[in-house]
Amino acid sequence: MNPLTSDLALEIVNLNKAFGGLVVTQNVSLAMRPGERRLIIGPNGAGKTTLFNQISGDMRPSSGTIKLFGTDVTQLAPYKRVHFGLSRTYQIITLFTGDTLEHNVTLGLLGLLPSRWQVWRPLSFYGDLARESRRILDTVGLLHLAAHPVSDIAYGEKRRVELAMALAQKPRVLLLDEPLAGLSNTERSTVKSLIASIPRETTVVMIEHDMDTALDLAETVTLLNYGRVIVDGDRDAVIADERTREVYLGA
Amino acid sequence: MKWVGAALLAASFLLPPFFAGDFYVNLASQILIAAIFALSLNLLVGFGGMTSLGHASYLGVAAYISALLTSRYGVGHGAAAIISITGTTAMAAFFGVIALRATGLGFLMITLALSQVLWGLAYRMSDVTNGDNGIAGLTRPTPFGISLDSATSFYWFALIMASFAFFMMTTFVSSSFGSSLKGVRDQPRRMAALGFNPWMIRWITFIYAGFWGGISGLLYVYYNKYIHPTSLSTTSSAEALLGVIAGGSGTLGGPVVGAALVLLLKNYASAYIERWNMLLGLVFLFIVLVMPTGIVPGLSRLLAGLGRGPR
Repeated sequence: MNPLTSDLALEIVNLNKAFGGLVVTQNVSLAMRPGERRLIIGPNGAGKTTLFNQISGDMRPSSGTIKLFGTDVTQLAPYKRVHFGLSRTYQIITLFTGDTLEHNVTLGLLGLLPSRWQVWRPLSFYGDLARESRRILDTVGLLHLAAHPVSDIAYGEKRRVELAMALAQKPRVLLLDEPLAGLSNTERSTVKSLIASIPRETTVVMIEHDMDTALDLAETVTLLNYGRVIVDGDRDAVIADERTREVYLGA
Repeated sequence: MKWVGAALLAASFLLPPFFAGDFYVNLASQILIAAIFALSLNLLVGFGGMTSLGHASYLGVAAYISALLTSRYGVGHGAAAIISITGTTAMAAFFGVIALRATGLGFLMITLALSQVLWGLAYRMSDVTNGDNGIAGLTRPTPFGISLDSATSFYWFALIMASFAFFMMTTFVSSSFGSSLKGVRDQPRRMAALGFNPWMIRWITFIYAGFWGGISGLLYVYYNKYIHPTSLSTTSSAEALLGVIAGGSGTLGGPVVGAALVLLLKNYASAYIERWNMLLGLVFLFIVLVMPTGIVPGLSRLLAGLGRGPR
């Protein structure tokens, strides 16, 4: 949208979230520069996806602030944040299973276009949308399956469609929730190079358990545990940190 | 194959006035009116995933407004139609705000409750609506000076309106907005994460469905020249919903087939069997068991299977 002047792409200040007595996000403050590659790690139940859900707006935080390029979006509905340049993928694959791959990606494109409100012209008349959608499917290596419904394709391919839908939006901040989950070794390296090829205009924040692959992609790492930031900083410093070994890598 | 079916269906709608007697032509007119109503309900149920049990509100209110204006206040049919449709659409906008606070079962209950309120009003406000006696002695409009009093002339009028309605609603669901709507039906959370406003998409559809429900109500009151609170009842809403589901919700032809089935059963079966409702129930049971997605998707799957030859 508007070129907002801010040094930070995504800024989280004193974020808290509790479900009754269960505290899932505790005083989390994070700052990400434009173009940064951030990996968020932590054991199961550390509050990683909950943090993502608050950034994307699927969940309202109990207190705290979330800023996108200097704009406070804490109270904005999820769909409005997308128009500030935020996109995300889901850990649990969330696709339109009855529709073709091309249509799935087209929805990703349509979400940011005014023509999503248009009630006269059949969608099939938008040749440019179909072309762009197929081009994006080509970049994730799925062009040959463009006309197939999502229900027909393999799990690993669905993961790539998830990615393609988000990439179609040319986001300025992209949240990837376990993009490698459940993939074979070959598929992992495909998706890894896909993520590596995301242009630098996009800030990438990624949750991932597969450290071998994910650490190669990351510049900075945040370690969460029990909803709290334990260590936060440059990749090598975080890995070397004793607390990281204690919490995550297992002593 | 699909086009052959569509052509046959279109032809079957063009033929009745030339061959059939008044009884059958009238029956065909009623099917057309029920089809518009079912198509409008299908926008909500089939394409929006919003199962409404109160859609008769729009048919009934449009019919009552037109009936009252023309019979009691001497308003011309043209003006009455415009006021009636505007009023019904505005009501849909208001009801939509209330009903769309919920989804799923909650939505269904709110639509049911709202329609029950209107039904109660139609019964009890007898100084306005004439209560259980209904409003009788109504007239049909004379568009461009053409009288619609004969069965055949009304049939052509209904056919033009139904074709237009079918075209408009088909355009609506095939547009990019229609894709947004189907997306919100299937994955509302994902759609929001892609930048779509699920609430607004549902609300616009709710209003559009109310508008076409109102159009079917106008035709309904023109045809019957009479209106009674029954047309606002839950039974009317439920019958249409059954038709949509039996014919195939979320398809374009399904509601037309379903509406025709309900009307034919009602008219034929009631002549021979006193408890025709029981027969209706059995037929629906059969459809749900044999073709769970409805007649139209069921038959097209069957035909596709035959086309591939014996296995």
